[in-house]
Amino acid sequence: MTTPFALYEAMAREAGARWEALANGPHPWVRVGMAICGKAAGAGEVFTALEKALARRGIQATLTPVGCIGLCFAEPLVDIQKPGRPRVFYPRVTPALAETLVEECLLGDNPRPDLALGTLGGRVEGIPPLEEHPAWKVQVRIATRNCGTVEPANLWHYIANGGYRALARALTEMKPAGVLEEVTRSGLRGRGGAAFPTGTKWSFLARAPGPVKYILANAEEGDPGAFNDKGILESDPFTLIEGCTLAGYATGATKGYVFIRHGHEGPITLTRKAIAEAYRANLLGKNILGSAFSFDMEVVLTGESYVSGEETALMEAIEGKRAMPRPRPPFPAQVGLWGRPSNINNVKTLSYVPEIVARGGAWFAGIGTEKSKGTAIVCLSGHVARPGWYEVPFGLTLRQVVEEIGGGTGTGRPVKLLQTGGPLGGVLGAEGLDIPLDFDGMAQAGAILGSGGIIVADTSTCAVDLVRNLLAFCQWESCGKCFPCRLGFTHLLGIVEGIAAGKGRPQDPETMRAIGQSMTLGSLCGHGQLGFNPIQSALRFCAEDFHVHIREGRCPTGACRPLSLPHRTRPQPVEGWYASHAHHRR
Amino acid sequence: MEDRRRRIREAITGQPQATVTVLSSLLAVQDALGWIPPEALEEVAAYTGSTVNDVWGVASFYPNFRFSPPTTHTLEVCWGPTCHLLGAQALLQAFYETLALSGEGDTPDGRFSLRLNPCLGACAQGPVASLDHRVYGRLTPEGARRLVREVT
Repeated sequence: MTTPFALYEAMAREAGARWEALANGPHPWVRVGMAICGKAAGAGEVFTALEKALARRGIQATLTPVGCIGLCFAEPLVDIQKPGRPRVFYPRVTPALAETLVEECLLGDNPRPDLALGTLGGRVEGIPPLEEHPAWKVQVRIATRNCGTVEPANLWHYIANGGYRALARALTEMKPAGVLEEVTRSGLRGRGGAAFPTGTKWSFLARAPGPVKYILANAEEGDPGAFNDKGILESDPFTLIEGCTLAGYATGATKGYVFIRHGHEGPITLTRKAIAEAYRANLLGKNILGSAFSFDMEVVLTGESYVSGEETALMEAIEGKRAMPRPRPPFPAQVGLWGRPSNINNVKTLSYVPEIVARGGAWFAGIGTEKSKGTAIVCLSGHVARPGWYEVPFGLTLRQVVEEIGGGTGTGRPVKLLQTGGPLGGVLGAEGLDIPLDFDGMAQAGAILGSGGIIVADTSTCAVDLVRNLLAFCQWESCGKCFPCRLGFTHLLGIVEGIAAGKGRPQDPETMRAIGQSMTLGSLCGHGQLGFNPIQSALRFCAEDFHVHIREGRCPTGACRPLSLPHRTRPQPVEGWYASHAHHRR
Repeated sequence: MEDRRRRIREAITGQPQATVTVLSSLLAVQDALGWIPPEALEEVAAYTGSTVNDVWGVASFYPNFRFSPPTTHTLEVCWGPTCHLLGAQALLQAFYETLALSGEGDTPDGRFSLRLNPCLGACAQGPVASLDHRVYGRLTPEGARRLVREVT
């Protein structure tokens, strides 16, 4: 009898041959980072310039759009691999520079060390290996292992790099309970913010009875300053798809939904394309690889709503309703999407699963710290010399992340604030740099790792101004269901705007604490429950900025100016329209 | 008018994905027409077995729906904390000046609409803005003015 693994091996042989032909074939291979960060930096024009230059000179080369390797500061990033040579990365390429590279590296044989950032997979004289670059050398790339290397929705590229080995092995020689056991042993905790042990969460769904159960992959990622979920989907969507499929096998689920915000075209298009490819190869659908296991997947879109990233609001949005949280209990593992048992994981969490199953839970548990196993995928942005997203083992200090990987502020001024874990996370002072990067260390310090966003602010920043921005976001995004959250944010924003404008009153911090307390106690979901976090931590770490504003009626840095920030008002019906339609009932 | 109703129906019935809901139908209409005309509420309600009230409830909840015909170009300026630190307010002022606007909204000639977006997802290239859904990074106020001037 043909086993799933035998079917997989035949595919892997073909994939390997195709990859070998690209990497070591007769022609050079040119890869251009074309995720959103690359495109925002002008990668589209660079790609066109390369295409034209190659055609004009009649050079045979393979030109491939890839995702993001995480080094966003270097975008547009082009890497050139000549037959039998290492990959050479060229940063900040312009269309003119693209012409030069074609002329000198491809037509000629000068790798232009003066223009290169680094090499991967070998050495070229005069160019430092990327493995020695401060933004690369501390990285341990597990969930992001293929990002920037493979063509995002190309199944052959994914399989050639070890993809689907885990699923094929699981379907051939592991029981669902065995897969669940590996994930439990790995110590993997949720990467969406709550850091709940994934194996335990899956066991709730595995125990839930019923013929229809769902795995929901949350790619809503509304946190400003976090872009790693979209980064994975734009760079290697198959790792999420394989992770979802393994989660489905382990828990007895029948269908997986990937939940992405409308408008993020790159992740939506590429994930849909990858899912279609997986169906074609019988890696999704009925009797996957000839086994008894069947699993479907689909991309579902949400409108713009931060709260739709909350697990129960997410289910409402998939059902096509307003993204408002549901009371718990019942918990999703009992009554979830369309009333069926459901399990919600963040994209990053699920993207670790293929490697955990392939290499064993113990291997993963050996990385990181005692209670935070594996790696964190951090997104650096703001006043930082090397913004980007980096996969690093837990246990580094935030200083190592910001100063070594990020290269410091890059503005000549020292770090003043770190904003971590999204707008519901915390605002830390410079002393926060010595906090260890792990779930519990950051939580103890009053911040959270959250989805991995770290926004760096230098001494030109006023904490009041930053907090005002975060509150404006939270007020804008409150779904309105629970009044402590809806009204609380509006009041908090009003108070902080008063402080920013030099009209603060001595009792303001105390009033804000009282409002924050009722929000924490009286809100259904994290949006209201955690909404006071940024103020609380800013009052603790940057009390001086608030004091100067309140006591002296001035901004200590001059950053606080009148702003155009939106206060939310929901769209009003066009006059007469709503009234004329209101009588229409089914 | 009947032509518009036909286009709305095509958008709603032509959704490629398996899961069709009130929200997915509204998004399909928004994508196809660039806005949600009043009769789209009726069509979505009829197709999904919902009511016009419920459909309006969903449409008015998500800020990415427009309820007036679209402008030729759409500008979105990110005001997330990263872009804020890196100069989003200066960008916004430059757009306001160039377009003679004082807040979110459409220019009177119907060429541009300006929206504030809480995060466009390209934080590492901040400050960012998007023109017709293409994101531009490391934007300066001068770059913002040029973007408006040079769009055709």
